[in-house]
Amino acid sequence: MGRFMNTRTLPLLATVVVFVLIYAVCAAQYPAMLGLRVMGNLLTDNAFLGILAVGMTVVVVAGGIDLSVGAVMGLTTVALARLIEGAGLPPALAFALVLALGGLFGTGVGAAIHYLKAPAFIVTLTAMFLARGCALLISTDSIPIHNAAYDTLAAAALTLPGGGRLTLVAGIMLLTFLAGGILLHGTRFGARVFALGGNGHFAQLMGINTGRTTILVHAFCSLMAALAGIVFSLYTRSGYALTGTGVELDAIAAVVIGGTLLTGGVGGVAGSFIGVLIQGLILTWITFDGTLSSWWTKIAIGALLFLFIAVQRLILVASARYGRSGAGPAAPNTPNQATSAPASRPSSGAAAPSAS
Amino acid sequence: MAVTPPPVVLAARGLTRQYPGVRALDGVDLTLRAGEIHALLGENGAGKSTLINLLTGAQPRDGGTITVDGVAIDPDGPGGAVKAGIAAVYQEITLLPNLSVAQNLYLGREPTRWGLVHRSRMNREGGALLRRFGLAIDASRPLSDFSTAVQQLIAIARAVDLSAKVLILDEPTASLDTAEVQTLFTLLRVLRDQGLAIVFVTHFLDQVYALTDRITVLRNGRLVGERRTADLPRLDLVAMMLGKTPTAESHLSRRPAAAIPAGAPLVRAEGLGRRRLVGAFDAALHAGAVLGAAGLLGSGRTETALLLFGVETADQGQLLVDGKAVTLRSPRDAIRLGFGFCPEDRKLDGIVAGLSIRENIVLALQAKRGWWRRLSTAQQHELADRYIKLLDIRTPDAEKPIQLLSGGNQQKALLARWLATEPRLLILDEPTRGIDVGAHAEIVRLLEDLRDRGMALYVISSEIEEVAAYSDRVLVMRDRAPAGLLEGDSITPAAIVNAIAADHHTQGAA
Repeated sequence: MGRFMNTRTLPLLATVVVFVLIYAVCAAQYPAMLGLRVMGNLLTDNAFLGILAVGMTVVVVAGGIDLSVGAVMGLTTVALARLIEGAGLPPALAFALVLALGGLFGTGVGAAIHYLKAPAFIVTLTAMFLARGCALLISTDSIPIHNAAYDTLAAAALTLPGGGRLTLVAGIMLLTFLAGGILLHGTRFGARVFALGGNGHFAQLMGINTGRTTILVHAFCSLMAALAGIVFSLYTRSGYALTGTGVELDAIAAVVIGGTLLTGGVGGVAGSFIGVLIQGLILTWITFDGTLSSWWTKIAIGALLFLFIAVQRLILVASARYGRSGAGPAAPNTPNQATSAPASRPSSGAAAPSAS
Repeated sequence: MAVTPPPVVLAARGLTRQYPGVRALDGVDLTLRAGEIHALLGENGAGKSTLINLLTGAQPRDGGTITVDGVAIDPDGPGGAVKAGIAAVYQEITLLPNLSVAQNLYLGREPTRWGLVHRSRMNREGGALLRRFGLAIDASRPLSDFSTAVQQLIAIARAVDLSAKVLILDEPTASLDTAEVQTLFTLLRVLRDQGLAIVFVTHFLDQVYALTDRITVLRNGRLVGERRTADLPRLDLVAMMLGKTPTAESHLSRRPAAAIPAGAPLVRAEGLGRRRLVGAFDAALHAGAVLGAAGLLGSGRTETALLLFGVETADQGQLLVDGKAVTLRSPRDAIRLGFGFCPEDRKLDGIVAGLSIRENIVLALQAKRGWWRRLSTAQQHELADRYIKLLDIRTPDAEKPIQLLSGGNQQKALLARWLATEPRLLILDEPTRGIDVGAHAEIVRLLEDLRDRGMALYVISSEIEEVAAYSDRVLVMRDRAPAGLLEGDSITPAAIVNAIAADHHTQGAA
């Protein structure tokens, strides 16, 4: 019980409950929404947002924020269109190029944050203007992409039972979440990200290279933004400089709704995935309704965000108040255990603190 | 016991660290031998923290050498010191509460399999490591699930596992209860017997005698001496810490006794106290007399001042000013009654570092007048210039930021701040702390001057010689309660040290 009901898992649990509730309401009202067809579309339509959310989760867990991802995504789409349509590059090469550029861009952002000791908010805001400006410099018009390989990729899909389709872009998004989850929860790098977000100063005292971690985190986030740009350009088969205006905020919303604390150190990509789905589900429901303006999505997301921030706060306050009792079961058994230490210690001692 | 002394693990020689205005550490030596617990003692400002920071590479040193096993090291950060075999555990636990216990133990060196963290192995090995340190806990649980005492043992386990030559413990028992202290001591003795050199910083003398083998005492950034704990009576230790050695203040001579003015005291505390802060104490403060307060760090000496100045509200006893009972709810009440207070930690509670000397000096007077009755710029200049001259504050002009002054001159500016309000009672907590020894006598002379002009003074100090020289009465504090009151000719440095060190039943920690 205690293991699952702590500050780390409760917000995620709340997110799952809210998702199930919304899904139940939707399904009750529009049974068609239950089908895999709608689910498949949901994944495809929100593929770019999901990929952005993976990068954003890593940044937020590290205690930072990245406001530039929407602009980087827009820059990527228009750069892709120019490279493929204008320069005639094969798509694969163009993809590799924009991904490399995205990674490099994020490295610069991370380096600026670390070496200038500047707040991530300001640095990434600057980066946002920079990327958006560059995108508009390339072209202010939407550039359609006419390329056979592109059309094939865009149309590629697995057929699901019930007439649904799992498109390539949706598949990329799912794989990104999988990779992001492994990176954050399964690697040494991931542990460093959590350490940095928990307390940067302590992490440094414990021997973590916080500068390197900060830079890598932002490089990863911008890489994901570039990938989201590729996915979006496959989805629309065009490139447009103003693509993704404001989606950085949708991504942050998905991350927060997913139970990742904006203060850093707590969270994960699984919650962000559900956060993306919740946003998509609300939009789908409004589409099904047909009478509501799609802007109601924003209002619903706003209300949800507020709810989640309030819930997280309450959980933190509650755990601060009752946390001591949570520590209770562990503390009493330590003195007893410790009394046995001198007896057991010398025998195992040789293995314990070996120098060097 | 052993005929040949155990090998020296760490030798620090002539460590020096200069801060603006004060030499925090001045040619200090420290020798740590394998298999010993070494107490590092001294009052606030003695240089303990600075010494630890130099050893762990948290601060660069301005002079001196450190060798570990005969090899000179120059740690440029916590990482470098850990590689050299020096690890520190602080009173404030510097682990990450959002990670699991095992993640904390192995952060940055997690066991991996196929490039991924081998979580189950990490939890298993973490659990096994902790069991060797007397902790049977599930290492996969979040660190925040555990009490401070357990977290501290985890921090020690991590430190020893990382680098097992020198372990520095800075006030490790400050937030532990008696049983937890015993657990810690048991563990430390085991580690010592395995050949670790342990530095133990504390201000609980009982714990020093219960645990340590050797003692190094620092005072005012200088080494007072190194002794074997068994050969050093408590009385001598206290004398070393409080500095009875003849140094700069040895010229201080006690003025003739019987100087206490007749008549009712200006301020009288009767059984004043506050639960969990300080036990009931009596004090009488006369105009033109000095009441000194002596005691070790943590004895409750500062807390008496907090009650007298309304920083903390008393929950027992009463305070009489001019014979009338008053209740102080905040420092504002005390200021209105004509009290002034120069706190112990100048940098934290006293000076406003970014403001000029003039602005710092007029602060208290302006606050007393209320902000709508602003002192004119001309008045401010006149006031600042007068006190700069009067107290001989060494600065080119009154507009210099106060943080650029030396410690002694900052202290004088603080004194000026309160003198400008023309207080009837001035409370000073450690007025000579963190000031170069040469400037001590100057401050003392200033206090005597104020006393002669009819001000009531309450001076808290760990400089026994100085307290004995200028006090008309001395209140001795111990274990957060009064331990005696010395008057007249009975005030001698030796008598004060005796009263402080007087054997009392061992109270363990708390």
